[in-house]
Amino acid sequence: MKILVLVKEVPDAAVEKTIGADGRIDRSGEKTLNPSDTNALEAAVQLKEAGADVSEIVAVTVGPDSASRSLQGAVSRGADRSIHLSDAGLAGSDVVATGYALAELVKRENPELVLLGQQSDDAGCYAVGSVVGQFLGQPALSQVSKLELSGTTLTLERQAEYGYDTLEVTLPAVISVSDSANEPRYPSLKAIMGAKKKPVEKLDLAGAGIDAGKVGTAGSGVECKDFQAPAAKAAGTIITDEDTAATVEQIVAWLDSRKLV
Amino acid sequence: MANILVYGLAHEGTVNKNSRGAVSEAAKVASELGGEAHAVLVGTNVDDALAQQLGAVGATKVWTVNAAEGVAQTAADAISALVEAQGYDYVVFGGGLLGFEIGAAVAAAIGGGITVEATELAVDGGRLVAKRPIFGDTLLSTSHYKGKGVIVARTNAFEVKETGGSATVESFDAPASAAAGQVTLKVRGEQRGADINIEDAQILVTGGRGLGTAENFSVADGLAAAFGSGAAVGATRAVVDAGWFPYAGQVGQTGKTVAPKLYVGLGVSGAIQHKVGMQSSENVLAINKDENAPIFEFADFGVVGDLHKIAPALTEAIKAKKG
Ligand SMILES: Cc1cc2nc3c(=O)[nH]c(=O)nc-3n(C[C@H](O)[C@H](O)[C@H](O)COP(=O)(O)OP(=O)(O)OC[C@H]3O[C@@H](n4cnc5c(N)ncnc54)[C@H](O)[C@@H]3O)c2cc1C
Ligand SMILES: Nc1ncnc2c1ncn2[C@@H]1O[C@H](COP(=O)(O)O)[C@@H](O)[C@H]1O
Repeated sequence: MKILVLVKEVPDAAVEKTIGADGRIDRSGEKTLNPSDTNALEAAVQLKEAGADVSEIVAVTVGPDSASRSLQGAVSRGADRSIHLSDAGLAGSDVVATGYALAELVKRENPELVLLGQQSDDAGCYAVGSVVGQFLGQPALSQVSKLELSGTTLTLERQAEYGYDTLEVTLPAVISVSDSANEPRYPSLKAIMGAKKKPVEKLDLAGAGIDAGKVGTAGSGVECKDFQAPAAKAAGTIITDEDTAATVEQIVAWLDSRKLV
Repeated sequence: MANILVYGLAHEGTVNKNSRGAVSEAAKVASELGGEAHAVLVGTNVDDALAQQLGAVGATKVWTVNAAEGVAQTAADAISALVEAQGYDYVVFGGGLLGFEIGAAVAAAIGGGITVEATELAVDGGRLVAKRPIFGDTLLSTSHYKGKGVIVARTNAFEVKETGGSATVESFDAPASAAAGQVTLKVRGEQRGADINIEDAQILVTGGRGLGTAENFSVADGLAAAFGSGAAVGATRAVVDAGWFPYAGQVGQTGKTVAPKLYVGLGVSGAIQHKVGMQSSENVLAINKDENAPIFEFADFGVVGDLHKIAPALTEAIKAKKG
């Protein structure tokens, strides 16, 4: 069984996110592998360790050339090889266009299972998985916190709006993995070094056989603009604990001022 | 046609509050667009009374689709077919996990644009636009759609407005896709852990992954006890999923919405999906060791530090003060 894991490079959490002059997210600062995607990679590795007949784990990304570093980071977390789609024509792709491009990459590989993260740190749409599933004609389930494979049946658990749901899915399927599914391991130094030697397939739109009219700004059905600051809220008081007795005194004084104790 | 279609998520005879809010919000903008808000309910044998719950908040027409509920695929198939058949330009979801899944699949199927976490619908130049806070709610962005648009609301963003109206009800048959046949819902809405009440608490001490272990919930319990009666303990999804705390005590998008006098976050990062369930709290106190934690963006009083040092000392100080 082949597993594809979709991974994305995102601005580091400590970088303040802003909108650039072109009206898109400014991605010039420090970047990292999207944290949620490490849960998806860990889930793939755990399925293999649990005895599933996993022939290959392939990390797939759609993003600029600079995303190759994060892709390599993904490989060091257990992938056997990777695929990187990069093309100027992809700039400005919305969720549906990105999902379309990813689905085309998935079709080339025809895996039994596609795993992805619960949400991207920058766009945060929790939507890409369902878009990919729709384009593939496969079921997509998100926020999965437990997955068990038996033959071609996946048994899944997740928290939905009324409590915990248990579902059974016949593969092939697209599954987004919740951050509570596992505790991703840090890659060993050996794995980090080894990742550099694993095959990476670099593709552009033409090479991947993707219709350029369905991606990028032209292929996107939504445009985000008119950025405004939200209604201002009085900033809170933030203190750093250096001397706990003094800290506690300040908290109690604040509670007192709000008549909470 | 400028009618808007809204998905109604229902369970055990009640349409959820966020879906009803979405109908009210859609009705508000539909009239500006010269149209109406319609709704669609998907489930086995949806009855008229359920449909009228949406008529009462602004839907003039409710479609009922007889198909398995609780999974996205069947609903996505039906809604996509309904959009094609009736020519809707916009589809609105009140949120929730299924709302995101169905909305994304519908957007892909109908070739539309999608906006998630929307907090407001408006009309601009005769077209529907949706506002969405981004970057940890520090910026508000507006989505404009080239063609069809799908909008998934943020939990609790849209207010329910009773109009006392009623809707015409019509059934819609849609063939389910092969993908829908691959999914079976075995158990829906299982409640894990004790049935505790956090919604009536005046003071809610909420424990997150920062507590470290299930046993460490004793730190949160101790602090709540010091505050006295009217105080309770709640939790984030991360720790509920880990089995450290009952699901009934979870705050957030797929948990409860609370608005206590005082919310105390112990080792809670303050993810958006958590924030939507507690942002109406009158006072927010947060203790977190990471100065970049999003919770400090909306805490009234934030302490950057180790909760294991601070919370027990705070418990003692409150006890001493109370005498
Ligand atoms: C569709 C969807 C629905 C969701 N629904 C919900 C929901 O209903 N409710 C919900 O809560 N979440 C929900 N989530 C999950 C949400 O995104 C977060 O993953 C979750 O809220 C994180 O919980 P947490 O704050 O406990 O854990 P983390 O995000 O891991 O944060 C733990 C925090 O503890 C701090 N910490 C660690 N050790 C210490 C220490 N010793 N002292 C002080 N601080 C410490 C860390 O700095 C960190 O900030 C949902 C997600 C999605 C995608
Ligand atoms: N450009 C991309 N390339 C590869 N995977 C992606 C990309 N964008 C999103 N994903 C995957 O989709 C998940 C959900 O993203 P989102 O819907 O943006 O919140 C992420 O955690 C990734 O696994």
